Amino acid sequence: MKLEVNGISKSYGNVKANQKISFQLNQGEVLAVLGENGAGKTTLMRIIYGLEVADEGSISIDGKQVQINSPKDSIKLGIGMVHQHFMLAENLTVAENMILGTREKLTELINMKKVNEHIKEIFAEYHMPLDPEQVVGSLPVGLQQRVEIMKALYKGAQILVLDEPTAVLTPMEIRELFQIIKELTKNGKSVIFISHKLDEVMEVSDRILVLRQGKVVGEVKTKDTTKTELIKMMIGRELRALNKGLEFGSLNRKVLLSVDKLCVKGSGGKCIRDVSFQLWNYEILGIAGVDGNGQTELVEAITGLRKVESGDIFINNQKSTNFSVRKIRKMGIAHIPEDRRARGLILTQDLVNNYILENHDSFPFSKGKVLRKKAAIEYAQRLNQDYQVIADSVFVKAETLSGGNQQKVVVAREIEQQPDILIAVKPTRGVDVGAIEYIHSCILNERSKGKGILLVSSELDEIMALSDRILVMYNGEITGCVWADEVTEEDLGAMMTGVKKDFSAIRPKEIFKHETVI
Amino acid sequence: MLDTLMSIDLTSLMQSTIRLAVPFILAAIGGLFSDTAGISSIELEAVILIGAFAAFAGAYYSGSLYVGLLCAVIAGILLNTIYAYMVVGTGASAPLVATTLMLLAIGLTNFFNRALFGVSIEVVRVKSMQAISIPLLHNIPFFGKVLFEQNILGYFTFLLVLAQWFFLKKTALGLEWRAVGENPVAADTAGIPVRRYRAIGVLLTGIFAALAGAYLSIAASNIFIEKMSAEKGYAAFAIIILGKYTPGGALLGCLLYGFADALQLNLQAMGADVPNQFLLMLPYVFTLIVLFVSGKGRRPSGHGKFFAGRSHR
Repeated sequence: MKLEVNGISKSYGNVKANQKISFQLNQGEVLAVLGENGAGKTTLMRIIYGLEVADEGSISIDGKQVQINSPKDSIKLGIGMVHQHFMLAENLTVAENMILGTREKLTELINMKKVNEHIKEIFAEYHMPLDPEQVVGSLPVGLQQRVEIMKALYKGAQILVLDEPTAVLTPMEIRELFQIIKELTKNGKSVIFISHKLDEVMEVSDRILVLRQGKVVGEVKTKDTTKTELIKMMIGRELRALNKGLEFGSLNRKVLLSVDKLCVKGSGGKCIRDVSFQLWNYEILGIAGVDGNGQTELVEAITGLRKVESGDIFINNQKSTNFSVRKIRKMGIAHIPEDRRARGLILTQDLVNNYILENHDSFPFSKGKVLRKKAAIEYAQRLNQDYQVIADSVFVKAETLSGGNQQKVVVAREIEQQPDILIAVKPTRGVDVGAIEYIHSCILNERSKGKGILLVSSELDEIMALSDRILVMYNGEITGCVWADEVTEEDLGAMMTGVKKDFSAIRPKEIFKHETVI
Repeated sequence: MLDTLMSIDLTSLMQSTIRLAVPFILAAIGGLFSDTAGISSIELEAVILIGAFAAFAGAYYSGSLYVGLLCAVIAGILLNTIYAYMVVGTGASAPLVATTLMLLAIGLTNFFNRALFGVSIEVVRVKSMQAISIPLLHNIPFFGKVLFEQNILGYFTFLLVLAQWFFLKKTALGLEWRAVGENPVAADTAGIPVRRYRAIGVLLTGIFAALAGAYLSIAASNIFIEKMSAEKGYAAFAIIILGKYTPGGALLGCLLYGFADALQLNLQAMGADVPNQFLLMLPYVFTLIVLFVSGKGRRPSGHGKFFAGRSHR
């Protein structure tokens, strides 16, 4: 089946989400649609799937023009969609979800036993480790996604639209998804793969369509292009190289944060044992590790969110073990939390309130016990501008912002606390390329101001690009402390799985040099 | 106390259990048609009251109980059209709209009751619905008397429970219905007209809750009393929740409630040496305990979530 999209436009008020977009999708092909958040990818797909109606333009299948006014139409035409946020009723079973919407006449009866058997056969055919009778909500995210894929196929999809399918998956699950995509195209199905992650797009697609600000800015064969070229199309310019340069010679180095033989109980019986390290000023200390090896617990212990069992934490040489979150923050720690939606923002409140969340009780945001709204609004407006947050105003609710802009709000708020120590956990999670670049430059800027930054991330690229030193955590212990500019990815991988240990970088390089001179 | 308990005739106790439970079952099953599609049926109380009056007035003026039932159904549909428009259509808060409708129902029924039937000492009555014995079946010892000597609404009610269970569990439409309640956005994506289903659910609730009201005024009694619904709608709403949003659970809850109510009436009549107020509490306490012990209720996850339709998103 061949899909042709001709001159699709769609506006919401003044915002032109799609402008004259045209492309083709051939049978058995994987077409990646690449673009930053807000580039119009999702709108385009919603139009193809019938969730939105285009203002102008047409869609043809196999040369015949078709009208798609609702998902019912698109399903009938053989288009299936796997949404970023799964469209599954969690309390219904896998099979019930799959047959949903396939009713042909009003009084149709269902025999679940038969349906389950039939679906079991289909699963076997596609080698899917799924049980039709299981309740969807009890499945891990990766399997729920496969239910979505199978649901589309069950309804006869020849063209499968995957909207940011890897955003919610673990690296292992991503590998499996790519395998599934390969099998699908081998069977003559076509796939539209929407993403803003370059590596994935390069790996899985045959062709790439790049969108920027609602327009097609490029269409290339994957094998004829490079990541650099794609980035240029995506954001309209080249990425600036990170400037890490810093003259250390004249700097006055000191320890900002010291963690000494720390033991913390984690969730689910896990714990961290005997963790010791120091964070100095003018440095970024990366913490690498596969998710769930104690990074979260460590950060929570330092920031006062989790109880320390034994060992000590010193901030600026003052003991802060088991102090309240507020007290610890006052001692000079700012924290960009891992989950911006759960811990970083009050989603249902406006940006003003989110910006002053931590210092609403002190001047200039309040005087006595009375809030000074005007000062807060001005502050919020300044931050929106300084940190390039794209929002209609500072009075919109945080939940209305895109993920990248939400993250910028959190980053702005935390950096503006003027902390000595910035703890940034996955600061660029779910954020697009342009915003990643910006957030990275903010973090580096703090470093050159003499702050100490503890950077926790599961993205090795990010850790290696930004950090001066890297701590590696495995199974609640530190298995490595190495120079970021000397270590190889393989070595880091070995330490992350506990195969190797290396503690060559327990102090900043300059301090070592200094000591050797003496 | 124990002596009094032992001397109660079981057959008549069970008969009154069913008699007392029927309006609850009608209301709860009716309510489930909207609750399973994700719309709260907290407006039941208002519908019951309107239904009770409309049935009585219809029966009085036409001389036919069936016309009374028809009037109740029409009144229920009309009232719930407002509810559907507000809650399904515009996303207004369900409790708020229900409270307003309740005030409206009280006002309307009181006004028309006084305007049409006056406030005389002479109570206006209709001929109430008679029980129909089912040939052969009603001869079965015990069960025959309890189950097969109902009036027409009673039989209808039990068929309705079965029909709803079959609809929700065994038909494709019922699956879609539940999906709308569980995740309206997902249902929409699967091509199901979410708002239409929800509106229809609310109207069905209107029909059956109005019949519950009719049962009160022209079947269980033969008069209309102001505020006759007497919180039965709220009790039914609670039973829906405690019954885990399933027809079976609702049926069980209503029967328990009816049983406890029958028991306390019997005890009162026999002059048990327990203060009246405690006896009156019995049905509530009993139902609460049993349903609480039976485990946590699970609400459809899309319950109370407004679905604006696609063009608004």
